Order: sequence, then C-alpha cells, then structure tokens
Amino acid sequence: MPNTTTVIVGAGHCGLAMSRCLAARSIDHVVLERGEIANSWHTQRWDSLRLLTPNWMTRLPGYAYRGANPDGYLGAGQVAAMLQEYADVSAAPILTGTTVTSVRAAGSGYVVRTDQGTWRTPTVVLASGAATMPAVPALACRVPPGITSVTPAGYRSPSQLPPGGVLVVGASASGVQLADELHRSGRPVTLTVGEHVRMPRTYRGRDILWWLDAAGVLDERYDEVDDLVRARKLPSMQLVGSPGRTVDLNALSSAGVRLVGRLAGIENGIAQFSGSLPNVCALADLKLGRLLDTIDTWAGARGERFAPTELPTTPLSLDLRSGEIATIVWATGYRPDLSWLDVPVFDRRRRVVHDGGVTAFPGLYLIGMPFLRRRKSSLIDGAAKDATELTMHLAGHLDGLAGHHGRNAS
Amino acid sequence: MTTTEIPVDNGVNVEALLGVRAALADTPEIAQFQWRSTVSWVNGTHSRSDVETFYGFGDDQQHHTTFSYDVDHPLQFAAQDHGVTPVEYVLVALGGCLTAGVAAVAQQRSIQLRSVRATLTAEMDLHGILGADPDVRNGFSGVTVDYQIDADATAEAIRALVAQSQKRSAVYDILTSPTRVTVDVS
Repeated sequence: MPNTTTVIVGAGHCGLAMSRCLAARSIDHVVLERGEIANSWHTQRWDSLRLLTPNWMTRLPGYAYRGANPDGYLGAGQVAAMLQEYADVSAAPILTGTTVTSVRAAGSGYVVRTDQGTWRTPTVVLASGAATMPAVPALACRVPPGITSVTPAGYRSPSQLPPGGVLVVGASASGVQLADELHRSGRPVTLTVGEHVRMPRTYRGRDILWWLDAAGVLDERYDEVDDLVRARKLPSMQLVGSPGRTVDLNALSSAGVRLVGRLAGIENGIAQFSGSLPNVCALADLKLGRLLDTIDTWAGARGERFAPTELPTTPLSLDLRSGEIATIVWATGYRPDLSWLDVPVFDRRRRVVHDGGVTAFPGLYLIGMPFLRRRKSSLIDGAAKDATELTMHLAGHLDGLAGHHGRNAS
Repeated sequence: MTTTEIPVDNGVNVEALLGVRAALADTPEIAQFQWRSTVSWVNGTHSRSDVETFYGFGDDQQHHTTFSYDVDHPLQFAAQDHGVTPVEYVLVALGGCLTAGVAAVAQQRSIQLRSVRATLTAEMDLHGILGADPDVRNGFSGVTVDYQIDADATAEAIRALVAQSQKRSAVYDILTSPTRVTVDVS
C-alpha cells in the first residue's frame, strides 16, 4: 500500500491551503478529494450565490485576488475557478474521484482507506469541510404532504420551485438571502427568526468586513474568547455579496417579507412559532451595537447607529395544510460529514474534540471549522493562518517521530 | 494611596452556578430535574397547592419547608378570592424567573444592582375560557414586562442584562414555546 507523510482529506480551500504550506516545507503529502477540486462550490451552491466577503479578502497562502473588482464579491463558479487555478499553480498532489471510506489509527500513524486504494501515513488532516450535510431539524418530518422541502445546498433558483408562498426557516446568511431572492421572484415569503447576527453591509463608508479585518475582530483567537462553544455555533452574518446592500430584518420587512418567531414545533399540520421574536431581535441589535462600539473605539470618533429591528405583532402559528405555503426552505445550518472517521476523537454530541485544530490523537488534525483558531477561521481568508500554524505543529510532530525512531534505531 | 474596589454583590453565587455547568461535561445526567407540586380542591374554585420535594442532581431533594399556595378566583367571578388566580401565578412565575436571571447575569458581568422592579401585564379575552368563541384562545393574547432598573451600568448594558435574562429563562421559554402537557386520571 502506498505511503505518504500526510494525507489531507478534501480539496476545498482549506485542503489546498494546507497542501501549499506542507509543500513549502517539502513535506510529502497527498490530497484526497471525493469529487472534483472545490467540489461543493460546483455541487452545493445556488445560482446567484456570492461570497459575503469582498474580493480583496479572497486570500490564500501565496495567493491574493488581483482582478479588476476588489470591492466586488465572487460568485460560486468564480470561487471554484479560482480554487482550480490555485491548485494548478500550486501543483498540488490531488487525487480526485477518490472517496475516503475510513481513517483508523494504526501504530504511531493512520491507515486511510479509499475507494481507490489504501494509504499508510503518520499524519492526517481532516479538511472535508464544516458544511457537508444540511442540518434539518427533526420536526421537518411533520410537514404535511404536498409541500416541497428544499435546503440551501439543494436550491438553485426560484424557477426550480413551485409557485406560491414560501416559508424560509432560519434567518442566517442563507436564510435572509433566499428570503430576499424568493420575495423578488414574486412569491409571498415568511421568514422564521431565532438567534441571528445582524450586520450592515457598510459602516462609516466602508464595507463592514473591512472594519472587522482592520480592527482585529477577525483575528480574535480561540483561546482568548469568553465562550468558545457559543462563538463556534454563531449563525452566519446576515449579509449578501451585493455592494452597498443591507439585508437585515428591517430591510426584509420593508420589502414585504413577513417575519415570525423561531419554528418551535409542528402539531397537526400547524407550524408553531416562538413568542421570543422581540427578544432575539433585541439581542441581535445589542450585539451589533457592541460591535460598532468596538470599531469606534479602535478607529476613534463615533459612526452611525442603525434603527432597532421593528416588529409588528406577528402570528404565532401558520396552518401548513391551508395551501398558503407551497415550499419550505430549511436554512437551518450544516454539519460536517465525518462518518468515515473511525478514531475516537468525538464528544457526546459527535463533534471532534480539538485544541485549535490539534486533536488528542497525535498526527491527526482538523481544519476548516468555524472559529477553529480565530474568528476568521470561518472565512476563506482564515485558511492561511490556520494552515500555517497547523503545518508548524505537524512538522514538529514529524520531527518528534523521526527523533524517536532515530533513538530506537541506534 | 490605593483605592479599594468594592466587589459587586447582588447576592448571587455565580461560582456555584458555573461549578454545576462545568460538572455537566462529565456527568450530564445530574442536569435532569423533575419539579413537582400537589393540588387539593378545597371548595368552589378554591384549591390549595403544596410544593415540597423535587428531583435533581441525581437524587431526591427537598425544600427546607413545605410551601403552600391558595389558588382561587376573585369576587368579580362570583368566587371567594382566597388566593390569586392561576393566570396571576403565571405572571408571578415569569417575573420571578426573569428577575432572578437579571441578578445572576448582573453578578456575572460585575454590574452592581441597586433596584430592580417590573410590572407585568397579560391580556386575555374571556370568550376563550367561557367557550363563547372558538376563534379565541383560552390563554394570554400577549404578555408585557416593563422593567425599571437602577444599576451601576449604562442604559445599553442594562438592556443587555434584561435581554440575556430572557434568553436563559425557563418560564419565558415555557410561555413562548410549545410545551408537552399530559393529563391522566388514575
């Protein structure tokens, strides 16, 4: 069976960043990708999708956007093309069409089984992504028949959906973007709102991401944040990759999207919404205020503040059997697929236990998870620092193994 | 000369709460609680409810005494007013839960509270419970809680205390989310 020094699982932006960093240290490795490079950017993105982050923030180790539109936002196809070019320029050792079926500990290393053969390796990097599988709540099975259910991963465009009302569940980035797009397609849209992260697109004349980057908010480290568990589970920012356009709840309700509370249950075909909507909106407004205060403290002077989220009295239920709703979009988040990982690194909730990407199993690393090492770990721009630091740790681990073998050999 | 900072004391033992939270990682089962009450009819709409024991932290537990509550309806309902109505107890519960939360969060955030008061109101249309209109629910059509808080903090920080208290309140959750209720007759 072939040996290598590092197996990287997944040729997304993190896998490719890691490959680049390992190559820079001449660490022999292979990147195993079940589909094609940047697979999920080809297969799991809707047609109009654009990154939330402006193009100047599209940075990877040894690469930066040099196109004509630094303040624009890349579409999914453009991201895939960019990653393909990055892989080509890096001459990354990628095996596409290779699905990992298991990773197991063996001796001081690992055995990686795939549908194209088995690898022995002292180190493995799990770069298969945080968003492989949609996380649809259990109550979705109680939706009455006749309603189309779709997740953002499966959604492509309004034309794919039947006419009629849409219930978008979840006011994350995907939720607000799809609520906006489907409303513009002429469909009545109801958006369920639980905990969310309100963001303006611009603040004091600049893109909000410019401020988050410049003021160091994105560089906040995992070992410095108060509540890391909470920080890692934060919903995505309510942003859309469209210059100057804010898609917060005030913008959506002004446009005619109906806001309701979090989907709390479905009983006898009746969708029940939480009465906590005013509070989740107050929490999001306060959180935004604290962020803008942080920016102002860093920059000096005080910028604009945004109107509190306005809410009319909202319905607490909706009869899903009435025909009012033809489609439900489950913008309820994602989870990774690590079903093939046969190493006991999981906690009770089947999350990988790690310290900034370093697991308890020597030589086994995780990358590409929210707030892995920094707040920016959730963004493409975060891969470079994470990959650099984990490569350093991995190289140290390999040196330790070599030293150990050296001593044993003599 | 050194200045001594007076530590914030709202009377909440935050260390104990955080200690329980930390212990959950190893023994999550200690978090399973069962709250209990018994109720006995007295006469008319008057009943008396007792609360003494509960289950939690892996064992049967007890309050230091048995607490008793009279539940009744007012004279305006042709009743005897031996105690407040069940729906008024719900407002008592909500006010108590949110206020305890405000104190706990304030302690954790080192904010000294001086006074915390709230007025709670709940709207209700009697067509519901009287069966006079099937489109009207039995319960509250809405609840408002109005806090007045004097504390060592900015207005925004105080608003944040109240928002956080709702986020972690049991009674707020019971009222705003569906809750399974099963009633049996033995």
